[in-house]
Amino acid sequence: MPCPSETTKTAFLARILKQYGIVIALVLICIALSFFSPHFMTFGNLITVARQISLNGILAVGVTFVLLTGGVDLSLGSLVALTGVVAAGFAHPGDYPLFVPVIAGILAGLACGMVNGVVITQGKIAPFIVTLGMMTVARGLALVISGGKPVSNMSPAMTRLGGDLLGLPIPVLVLCGTAAVSWLFLKNVRLGRYIYAVGGNENAARAAGINVNAVKLFAYTICGAMAGLAGVILAARITTGQPNAGIAYELDAIAAVVIGGTSLSGGVGGVGGTLLGALLMGVINNGLDLLNVSSYYQQIVKGAIIVGAVLLDRKNAK
Amino acid sequence: MTTEKPQRGEIVLKAANIHKAFAGVQALAGVSLEIRSGEVHALMGENGAGKSTLMNVLAGLYQPDAGEIQLRGENVVIKNPHDAICKGIAMIHQELMPIPDMTVAENILLGWEPVTGRAGWINRRAMKQEAERLLGLLGMKLPVTRTMGELSVAEMQTVEIARAIGHNAGIVIMDEPTSAISDREVEALFAVIRMLTQRGVAIVYISHKMDEIFRIADTVTVLRDGIYVGTHPIGELNEQKLIALMVGRDLAAMMPKDHGKHGGTALDVRRLGKTGKFREVSFNVQCGEVLGVAGLMGAGRTEVMNALFGLDPADEGEILVNNQPTHIRRPADAMSLGIGMVTEDRKGYGIVPTMSVEHNTTLAALDCCCVGPFLVHARERAVADENIMAFGIKTTGRQQAVNQLSGGNQQKVVIAKTLLARPSIVILDEPTRGIDIGAKAEVYAIIARLASEGKAVILVSSELPEILSLSDRVLVMRQGTVAAELDPRHTTQEEILKHAMPI
Repeated sequence: MPCPSETTKTAFLARILKQYGIVIALVLICIALSFFSPHFMTFGNLITVARQISLNGILAVGVTFVLLTGGVDLSLGSLVALTGVVAAGFAHPGDYPLFVPVIAGILAGLACGMVNGVVITQGKIAPFIVTLGMMTVARGLALVISGGKPVSNMSPAMTRLGGDLLGLPIPVLVLCGTAAVSWLFLKNVRLGRYIYAVGGNENAARAAGINVNAVKLFAYTICGAMAGLAGVILAARITTGQPNAGIAYELDAIAAVVIGGTSLSGGVGGVGGTLLGALLMGVINNGLDLLNVSSYYQQIVKGAIIVGAVLLDRKNAK
Repeated sequence: MTTEKPQRGEIVLKAANIHKAFAGVQALAGVSLEIRSGEVHALMGENGAGKSTLMNVLAGLYQPDAGEIQLRGENVVIKNPHDAICKGIAMIHQELMPIPDMTVAENILLGWEPVTGRAGWINRRAMKQEAERLLGLLGMKLPVTRTMGELSVAEMQTVEIARAIGHNAGIVIMDEPTSAISDREVEALFAVIRMLTQRGVAIVYISHKMDEIFRIADTVTVLRDGIYVGTHPIGELNEQKLIALMVGRDLAAMMPKDHGKHGGTALDVRRLGKTGKFREVSFNVQCGEVLGVAGLMGAGRTEVMNALFGLDPADEGEILVNNQPTHIRRPADAMSLGIGMVTEDRKGYGIVPTMSVEHNTTLAALDCCCVGPFLVHARERAVADENIMAFGIKTTGRQQAVNQLSGGNQQKVVIAKTLLARPSIVILDEPTRGIDIGAKAEVYAIIARLASEGKAVILVSSELPEILSLSDRVLVMRQGTVAAELDPRHTTQEEILKHAMPI
């Protein structure tokens, strides 16, 4: 077959750019920032960046499952608030051992995610609508349970979850753990493959004997549980269950996933990209902080990056 | 305007030495084409030969890597599909792209609606008149206020052609226009084509159906593996010569029929029915037998098969597998009973376009590459490579995205996937639609092999020669019911058609 090396080379470059474009961008930005601010490349600052992205990272890893099936979950921010309130309610000093509030928070998120999944698959309603509904319902539940006030008086064991372990922030360790497990799951477990198949072509997946509804239900449930985990950790860090916490968190999480190369129409992407996406957003935020850029401008930059990243991805995909 | 049809019109379009590569794969390597006004120019070649790529270059969807395009003697660059239309090149795609909720008139005049005033109010009456005038030119009476979604495929096609002539297109490209319409509608289409050529329009016609080419084409250009093979007046060719040009080899005995002995009844369908789709459908299939199912579009063949496979379950009746009653509600049920199906709609229900050849191949039988819930990647790779070899799938490797393959190779992936689940009853719904002759021959060989292995095969096809030469028995469906059961050794295409025609 006639196959000029020229085209092979450009194709190869295009593939490298597509696969590692975000890594290259990340490295370039880090190098630039270390020039502008001597403080950037210090261990302390890098830990700060990691801590800052940990919550968004956990949410983003969870919602990666949903986006891969071609769905969306808008309820994450509200679930963070609800599960934080639930966890804080079980975490008063002397009430229960530590695992009870943690498990309660995760289960609350898992249950909400499961409701999302059941309504979407059984009611055949668009995920956008269902999770938009859950966004409001979960926020309302958080306010009802807490009586509209922050749930404070938290046990020291619980607040320690927001602290460090062996010199590393626990939220960061949790993010690494969930990301690693999710990555292994999507790559090496049959159900992980089915998630990609459902997102790639739902009808073909069904015709291949895959229980599409079960796969979707699983994705929303996992996503909800991860939101619960994030809610528990946020509550521990701010030492209260805040019914008004987490507003618009879902958008940052989805942004991280999309920057990381996961397609909103499903079937393409993965946890590795999501982690890089969250990292990129965090590094840029941190860099702008160090450069004393006002937070108003930071928002503008963040928005431009989201669109820019997807634009680059589209270009490379062609 | 001259009254007689010009025998050899002037050259309206000349493409010279066109090159185009995708991701390192050379799709076109120095292809040339000359189109004259008033001629039907057939473009022939196996799938993957580069026909679609060439047409998409002419229609402005792709930019060539090298080469020249001349329109009426002037060098041009066709920047995008809109530019192509402005330059008088219209393309009727194989998969029609109407907007189903808009009316016929709105679709025909989409993008150049007649407006009044500066504000651009759409003049609905002018629009309706113009749409009616264009359809009238094609000899078509269609209420232009109906929505596109209500039309048949053939009617939609006519609407697209009306759209093309509305743009004063001098060149109309038709990509497999007859792949989804009935024989009578083909006649109507040919009448339209003749009318267009008499007006000096050049038609570029892509089809896999030999008889059509010999009926309608004036000139044939053949491509093979992205290379220009030659251009011939139709008078110089016959079917054998043309096939030899296309595949570079002779395919005299393409359709083997060497089936083993028939075993017991594998599948017994009793009085199956579904409201509005089909009713009282009864038939059986033996092990080691190929049951051909013939019928016109809309006769309910695909609907019955979808019911058997659980894609769209039946309302009433019984399905017995190995003499046991079953309850098939979803494909997973059918698969656990040993039923496998290659669906008619390859893009819709066959491939997962975002996945590789490997992952598509193993998708329906992932258990064979798993320990518990965990994938064993080495085993999966081995299974994929085995199937790529066994089915002769032309690919750069198992990692290649399946949607980069040609139609015939995609179909082979779908067949490999279906058979990997080791079904004992195999349903093939239009397995050779839109694939090239080489791949067709391979599919025929697979069908024969399946039967000789003792599997029960149901072959749904609109190509009667295929049905007649591959089947042990032929079922003819008409308007949702079984109209006849025939012995292929003692019947003819005419007899099958007689049973298939609505009364």
